[in-house]
Amino acid sequence: MTPSTITAEAIRSRVFAALEELGADPADLSLDAGFEALDVDSLDLVELGQIVHEEYGVELKGADIANLRTVGDAVALVAERAGA
Amino acid sequence: MRQRVVITGVGAVTPLGDGARTLHDRWCAGETGIAGGAARCDGFAPEQRLSRKLVRRSDRFTQLALVAGDEAIEQAGWADGPPYAPDRVGCIVGTGIGGIGTLLDGYDLLRDAGPQRVPPLSIPLMMANAAPAALAMRHNLRGQVFGTVSACAAGAHAIGAAARAIAHGDCDAVVTGGAEAAHTSLAHAAFASMDALSPTGVSRPFDARRDGFVMGEGAGILVLEAADAAAARGATVLGEVLGYGASSDAHHLTAPAPDGEGAARAIRSALADAGAEPADVAYVNAHGTSTPLNDRAETLALKAALGEHAAAVPVSSTKSAIGHLLGAAGAVEAVATVLALADGVAPPTLGWEEREEGLDLDYVPDSPRPLDPGRPRIALSSSFGFGGHNAVLCLGAAR
Repeated sequence: MTPSTITAEAIRSRVFAALEELGADPADLSLDAGFEALDVDSLDLVELGQIVHEEYGVELKGADIANLRTVGDAVALVAERAGA
Repeated sequence: MRQRVVITGVGAVTPLGDGARTLHDRWCAGETGIAGGAARCDGFAPEQRLSRKLVRRSDRFTQLALVAGDEAIEQAGWADGPPYAPDRVGCIVGTGIGGIGTLLDGYDLLRDAGPQRVPPLSIPLMMANAAPAALAMRHNLRGQVFGTVSACAAGAHAIGAAARAIAHGDCDAVVTGGAEAAHTSLAHAAFASMDALSPTGVSRPFDARRDGFVMGEGAGILVLEAADAAAARGATVLGEVLGYGASSDAHHLTAPAPDGEGAARAIRSALADAGAEPADVAYVNAHGTSTPLNDRAETLALKAALGEHAAAVPVSSTKSAIGHLLGAAGAVEAVATVLALADGVAPPTLGWEEREEGLDLDYVPDSPRPLDPGRPRIALSSSFGFGGHNAVLCLGAAR
């Protein structure tokens, strides 16, 4: 996928799907949902980082991940780095 | 004062299906869990028993332990949590290899996609203590929690250590057992290259035609409690850990001492620990791997440790029905022994037909045999691991 075709909505959708794969309850997923409430921990976020790297070529390093609190934080960061 | 240790819950997932009772009943009915030269838990569906998150966060050996653990915990009446202060409840679970499937998947990703794609869960899933860690988190067990590692004796060592922790007063209860899920191309190739696996794919312990073990997978979990504490809460007692003995051959990396000397010492230690005599033993659940070396050495060990009484005791091998569960074997076989004692029956060594010179014990061919009603219901469950590790449990029926 080239950067020109990446949209914020596509990223939101991919991140939601990834979190569901990681075990989050899809009914609880929203941009406002906090990772702690979703029972998504730092190990899950490393996996999320690997997924978005594979998908969009975006690199999320330790400090980036440590500062993520909500799903919306993650979507926004990926969108920013991917130029969406 | 040394605490008596009772068994209040048992659970198993084996190639004969989910459930301790399933194992006992199907084994006694002469059914086998071996197909195509391997014994797999084909019907095991972790996603139906564990959350999606937990399935992702556990190797198969841990999943097997968790499901067997749920059965044991429920039977013990602990469904709402341990009936003791959580810091007085331990969890000790053995494995031979741990998460070898996770290890190989991680290596494939490393080789094919690079280090950045290696999953962060690789280590916590493959580590040999992953099963007791997961059980402790699932059931809020906050006392001593660790894994035992002694190849095919790991499950028996775990139960022995658990019984000691209770007897010594360190814990009021311990959830214990063993788990293994090593059906990978690497493990099969490696066991085959050392001539340990049966090339014909048949497990027939103690038979003259035996030619190696058949690899199995599964888990056995038991809930052990201090007898006084269990009685105070009105628990139903299924059996008792009367004694435990362990020893080392210090002989060879894989071969047992040919005269069974180390194994015999472990058997004697377990009996002495139980305060029992050879003549008290009503049944032996043997290690009985179906390898030429083990079954001969084990027979010699039983003769050395039990003397004249060895010829009078029914000796059978669970591995004739479900293959060799490696680090889970001792635990699953302890579960099987508890049910054999409870039912007063010695299950058969399936497939035993041809006697080999010197292998002349009563291996319980064909069909289950009622235990001698004139003897106390006391049994031995033996486990021996590569490295020369010997662990023997002396188990009793509920009093």
